[in-house]
Amino acid sequence: MDALLREYLPILIFVGIAVGLSAIMVLASYVIARQNPDSEKLSPYECGFDPFENARGRFDVRYYLVAILFIIFDLEVAFLFPWAVTFGTLGLFGFWSMMVFLGVLTIGFIYEWKKGALEWE
Amino acid sequence: MPLLLPDFTPALPEIFLACAAMALLMLGVFQGEKSAKEVSWLSVAALVIAGALVASRGMERRTGLEDMFIVDGFSMFMKLFVIAGASIALIAAIRFNAREKTERFEFPILILLATTGMMMMISANDLISLYLGLELQSLSLYILTSYNRDDVRSTEAGLKYFVLGAVSSGMLLYGSSMVYGFAGTTSFTSLAEIFGSTDSGSIGIIIGIVFISAGLAFKVSAVPFHMWTPDVYEGAPSQVTSFLSVAPKIAAMALFTRILYDPFGHLVGEWRQIIATISLLSMAVGALGAISQRNFKRLMAYISIGHMGYALAAFAAGTEDGVRGVLIYMAMYVFMVGGTFAIILCMRRDGKAVERIDDLAGLARTQPALAVALAIFMFSMAGIPPLAGFWSKFYVFYAAINANLYTLAILGMVISVVGAFYYIRIVKIMFFDEPAGAFDTPLGAELAGVIFVTALATVLFGIFPSPIISGAEAAAASFFAG
Amino acid sequence: MIALAFWLFATLTVASAVMVISARNTVHSVLFLIFCFFNAAGLFVLLGAEFLAMILVVVYVGAVAVLFLFVVMMLDIDFTELRQGFLRYLPVGIVVGVVLCVEIVFVFKTWILNPDMATVAAAVTPPLDQISNTQALGSLIYTHYVYAFQASGLILLVAMIGAIMLTHRARVGVRKQTISTQVARKREDAVTVVKVPTGEGI
Repeated sequence: MDALLREYLPILIFVGIAVGLSAIMVLASYVIARQNPDSEKLSPYECGFDPFENARGRFDVRYYLVAILFIIFDLEVAFLFPWAVTFGTLGLFGFWSMMVFLGVLTIGFIYEWKKGALEWE
Repeated sequence: MPLLLPDFTPALPEIFLACAAMALLMLGVFQGEKSAKEVSWLSVAALVIAGALVASRGMERRTGLEDMFIVDGFSMFMKLFVIAGASIALIAAIRFNAREKTERFEFPILILLATTGMMMMISANDLISLYLGLELQSLSLYILTSYNRDDVRSTEAGLKYFVLGAVSSGMLLYGSSMVYGFAGTTSFTSLAEIFGSTDSGSIGIIIGIVFISAGLAFKVSAVPFHMWTPDVYEGAPSQVTSFLSVAPKIAAMALFTRILYDPFGHLVGEWRQIIATISLLSMAVGALGAISQRNFKRLMAYISIGHMGYALAAFAAGTEDGVRGVLIYMAMYVFMVGGTFAIILCMRRDGKAVERIDDLAGLARTQPALAVALAIFMFSMAGIPPLAGFWSKFYVFYAAINANLYTLAILGMVISVVGAFYYIRIVKIMFFDEPAGAFDTPLGAELAGVIFVTALATVLFGIFPSPIISGAEAAAASFFAG
Repeated sequence: MIALAFWLFATLTVASAVMVISARNTVHSVLFLIFCFFNAAGLFVLLGAEFLAMILVVVYVGAVAVLFLFVVMMLDIDFTELRQGFLRYLPVGIVVGVVLCVEIVFVFKTWILNPDMATVAAAVTPPLDQISNTQALGSLIYTHYVYAFQASGLILLVAMIGAIMLTHRARVGVRKQTISTQVARKREDAVTVVKVPTGEGI
């Protein structure tokens, strides 16, 4: 158990350094830069006008379909990792078991392809 | 390297149905939308073949697929009625979809996949397979509920059903994790062994059972987890509601019975009071809620809540009689409710579907055959002899009284008298009110056939109930044999 | 060291979970959710469940949270308006939460593991110091739990059908490039050679 966690120690140190570095950068800009704000400086600038609308643009609904199909295939891929790791010891049945699983999802893939869900326009 | 297959033969009908659904999906997508009708009829054929495969197995108790799957007389009986319910709904939907111009080939395929999920639920012998079957079923039903995606009511119903269904699945999972945490296994066989040897469960197990029961009570729409039912029934497209109200209820009730009687069967003293309370509340809310309804589909929602209450009353007995009562009740339920929904699908006036109860006014004068069929279903649901519904109520109360649940049985009978009010009101509206105009004719061979067969079954099983009763008896016996 | 890491991850998980439900801006909520997932992944690593930790990052952070972000950015809803009832329902929520908490405490106080547990549920996985978590899972999922594995495949298929059925619209009036017809086009389809007599025009 400890041996396992020791392998993760470099990652923990890496995360620590990343957090520390970004904190230093943000804080440094506060400390070093001159801070003298007024309302004009803080307002968003849009060619001399007040901003017309919210800066956050909306996404097209079609992204949703792409995103959800991505999740489904992402989950499918998640099943492949342990399979790949144990492939040598799984035997023929383990192999075909995965092939059937992939077959089911391939049917889904053919369905969405023929339906035109993968086309943008 | 040898190919060491686990024993998958018990799951052959499910495997067949899943493969058929995928094959038909391919057929549909390559032929385009015009193939909807063809795919529907082929799906009905697939259901029939699956039913034959189920029936050919016999009542012998067997587990398979590494002990995750079980078949016995109980599962055979329940699966046959799930398949019957799904076929009735699918056949009735074909003409309805054609008229409403909502034909899509995905509809029968989702019904097939949902049915596969239901059969997996009925045969679950492990908490994991229970959950997977349940999710396969529910996910298909959520999609079907929002089938009319351009209709606000349909999408709203789908969303409600989905959100509340997800909450109930969460409760079920929480309960399962409790049980797993305290017992150390998810297999029903091992759980039964554990609770058989140690006479009482620890509090953790009890809490687990409570959460699992809450999740399943949602799926059978028993009070206090019934709030979704009226809205979903009303909002979902009628052809979907007719499926939603029959087959999933049978599957969820079978699963409920399996899990509480099999692994937790020795803890009957712990869960009996919960089930009895849920049962009583469902009967009462179903009856009282139904009185003021004006929409037929909403009325059916309350009626089905009430019916689940009666089935749970037999369930609460915790005996072989109880299982038999549940089996008989669910069997009769298929024909009565399936037939009533086929009539709802016929309710069209001037090319538009109507669903208010007042639209039935004077049906006896405009379409006497339809009115007689609906009257048969209504009298049967009210439990008036010699119709099928009488026997189902009789065996429910018989089981409850034999288990000394006198209060439950007596209150149940009182409530069923209250319930007779709205059944008979519909009959009165049809036979004695001024006609509101005829429904569009012809009804179509599919719908007329479904109504005729279900009405005939309701009458015949009322007069000769012995096939269903002896079948249920054998199924219940094989449930307890293992 | 492990205790320190545990407290760090646990505190950050809870803190970011609180921020998910209390942040004013929904986009910030989703970002806090992602942060929460990361810390939960850290907790899984401390438990030795490496595979779950990685899946949490790959699937939840990589896909689910991104989908949330899409949905939040897709719907132009003023979420502060939706939160109006928050304070009103807070007391009820707190009561329910406290009751649940008390229940859980009761449960854990009476945590009696079943005596038969060790014999009935002889652990199917070998101990962690002999085999890695991912390998232990892999040796079970595809053979012992093949039924559950294939069933999850079916569930994913239903999800796919559902997503397409409910959101896909075939757009009309869109000109698509069909490469096959482009390539299959012959010269005779497009060009004709017309013999024009001199001085007459066509």
